[in-house]
Amino acid sequence: MAVAFDEMNGPQGELRPAYEELSRWLKETPPDALEHRRQEAELLFRRIGITFAVYGDSESTERLIPFDVIPRIISGKEWTLLEKGLKQRTRAINMFLKDIYHGREILRAGLIPDDLIFQNPVFRPEMNGQDVPHDVYVHIAGIDIVRTNPDEFFVLEDNARTPSGVSYMLENREIMMRLFPDLFARHRVAPVEKYPDELLSCLRSVAPRSASTEPTVALMTPGVYNSAYYEHSFLADKLGVELVEGRDLVVKNDEVFMRTTEGLKRVDVIYRRVDDDFLDPLTFRPDSALGVPGLMSAYMAGNVTLANAVGTGIADDKAIYSYMPEVVKFYLGEEPILKNVPTWRCREPGDLAYVLDHLSELVVKEVHGSGGYGMLIGPAATKATIEAFRDKLKREPEGFIAQPTLALSTCPTCTESGLAPRHVDLRPFVLTGSKNVSIVAGGLTRVALKEGSLVVNSSQGGGTKDTWILDE
Amino acid sequence: MLSRTAENLYWLARYVERAEYLARTIEATLRVTALPNTYIGQTNEWDSALLTAGVSAAFYEIYEEANETNVVEYLSFSTANPSSIRNCIEAARLNSRSVRTALTGEMWDTINSAWLELQSAWSGGAKTREQLANFLRFVQETSLRFDGSAYRTMLRNDAYWFSRLGLHLERADNTARILDVKYHLLLPEDEHVGGPLDYYQWTSILRSVSALTAYHWVYRETLKPWLIADLLILNDTLPRSLASCYGNLVRNLDQIGVSYGRQGAAQRHARGVRNRLEHSNMQDIFQHGLHEFIQEFIADNSRLGDIIAKQYLI
Repeated sequence: MAVAFDEMNGPQGELRPAYEELSRWLKETPPDALEHRRQEAELLFRRIGITFAVYGDSESTERLIPFDVIPRIISGKEWTLLEKGLKQRTRAINMFLKDIYHGREILRAGLIPDDLIFQNPVFRPEMNGQDVPHDVYVHIAGIDIVRTNPDEFFVLEDNARTPSGVSYMLENREIMMRLFPDLFARHRVAPVEKYPDELLSCLRSVAPRSASTEPTVALMTPGVYNSAYYEHSFLADKLGVELVEGRDLVVKNDEVFMRTTEGLKRVDVIYRRVDDDFLDPLTFRPDSALGVPGLMSAYMAGNVTLANAVGTGIADDKAIYSYMPEVVKFYLGEEPILKNVPTWRCREPGDLAYVLDHLSELVVKEVHGSGGYGMLIGPAATKATIEAFRDKLKREPEGFIAQPTLALSTCPTCTESGLAPRHVDLRPFVLTGSKNVSIVAGGLTRVALKEGSLVVNSSQGGGTKDTWILDE
Repeated sequence: MLSRTAENLYWLARYVERAEYLARTIEATLRVTALPNTYIGQTNEWDSALLTAGVSAAFYEIYEEANETNVVEYLSFSTANPSSIRNCIEAARLNSRSVRTALTGEMWDTINSAWLELQSAWSGGAKTREQLANFLRFVQETSLRFDGSAYRTMLRNDAYWFSRLGLHLERADNTARILDVKYHLLLPEDEHVGGPLDYYQWTSILRSVSALTAYHWVYRETLKPWLIADLLILNDTLPRSLASCYGNLVRNLDQIGVSYGRQGAAQRHARGVRNRLEHSNMQDIFQHGLHEFIQEFIADNSRLGDIIAKQYLI
């Protein structure tokens, strides 16, 4: 694996322009001052209660995501390119979903094999022929971006179901502004605080036609034990909408109501952070206690908008991911601005053979996995782990894809032995409403805190950074 | 607002109030048990602390003897006691998390900080009397801060009123429970025979509702049991009296009724209880039996809780 590209000190060790001021500031600031601020930040996070739960970890049910106080800086020029690429990709994803649940031109054109769609557990036959307001399926997309050199950005994953992390984008910024006002004064950082407003107008813009002119929006959460609960309550608060659980909602005559102290009140748009499977026990998993009986029938009747729509999982499936460049070209007739990481589809015998031969160099992921669970990082794995994975792969090749181990870019990060480069990725949030696609200049930067580690997921010991887009 | 949100706010306030009341009860009991036996007689004050907390039966399923160590542990730190101070704070935090959007930042910060402190500083309980005193102070300060931040920062809308309903309902219940356990010490004027033994019991009653100083300001008298009963039941200037709690309950329910444009059984029931208190005097109450009066009140109060739940929270 090549030496990773560092975003502050470029390939030849030269200071890159976006980081000039930060570098100067770091030289002026004594290391213990940084440590002091780091502790202050941690205290703030605990007091605000920005915690997450790790599934299957009963010991410490509420944990903090480590926060690194050194910001990650992206130049305005880099962002302009990214923004264009992200909008393009999101537009294509929405067109793809409409097509899959309607005319299926892309299947007829033979670009994607039929069984990859129809035998996919995240494909929702209920959505066949079902129109959604303004043809928007993915209202909120979180597209994970990595880079390996100054000029290339890759999409690592499209999160089109219920992407999380935006509360960290907003809270990290709040805390940084509180802790480092000087540093902000020395930069022109694009603000992120408009995100909740943009999200709210996006959600209102897709209200069903039967809604009043002031549509009622609610945010639906699985409840306090969900790992992202903090984010749900944070967003509901910022949006000024009710945070509802399944038991707060009831369906009557195909309309959705929430139970209030003044009786039932109609809900028009549900920003749901509950997976498809748990939305409605009458349609999906009958054992789900999180959902609302009849919700799907209200949805089908067009009396409520779900954001994101049901069935969007088909667009963020890792097997479909490998077709995304073709998808962009097919619907938009444009070259994709953001590249895909080269991907071997283990379902194809040629690819599988290659993957089995090169396991120790590759990253192998479960097609339906997320959160960094169940993946193999070849170069970091023991022989035994690799062999165990080989068996899994042979048994169920269609369940996996493989990618080269990318040398993700690094950013300077506080570690026990002072500032050191650590690998990062970036998750910007793309909003699609009835009229336009918009992105707040920023995103969530996740950082792998362990030396050499490439896994940035919070469930696997990753941390976060504030992400600065310079307004140039 | 969502019924579940109202319910959480209501219970949140109840848990915080209950934690404070337990802390006061323990403090008052510690004080009275520190006196030589000649001053308080042979009664088991720890037993009556359990009774006023309403957990006596559950306590004896685990412990054999009601002594300081056992009762303090059970009321303060025990995870087996669903309404121990620890569990009240845990429950308050869980409720807060479920309704974060309806709390102000200050209220959340109070509960969350208390919960964090409970985890860090008090996970092993209190090892000495001095530590216990610090713990009890911490609990009371948490309640004061919570109440104060609610008062100072919340919008005056249904969220505030439901939270106040929980507070006053719990408060009325607590005051009534003390009276229920100690009624035999509170005798009418003409029957008064209480010797010096009773005096320290009376101060203890007043302390547990933080009314000892108030007593002297209101009556400008030495402690008289019928006046203590009057203060705790009928005097609406004392925030923890039954009359004051019902004045507030009626007011908060009316505010909800006005804002929703509709009154119901809860408003009617609360007004009924308040009117009875307003039109009573201690003489009549003693004549008909203080104990019966208190037991009836406790039943009425808990019925109001059920009616509020039915009308708004389910």
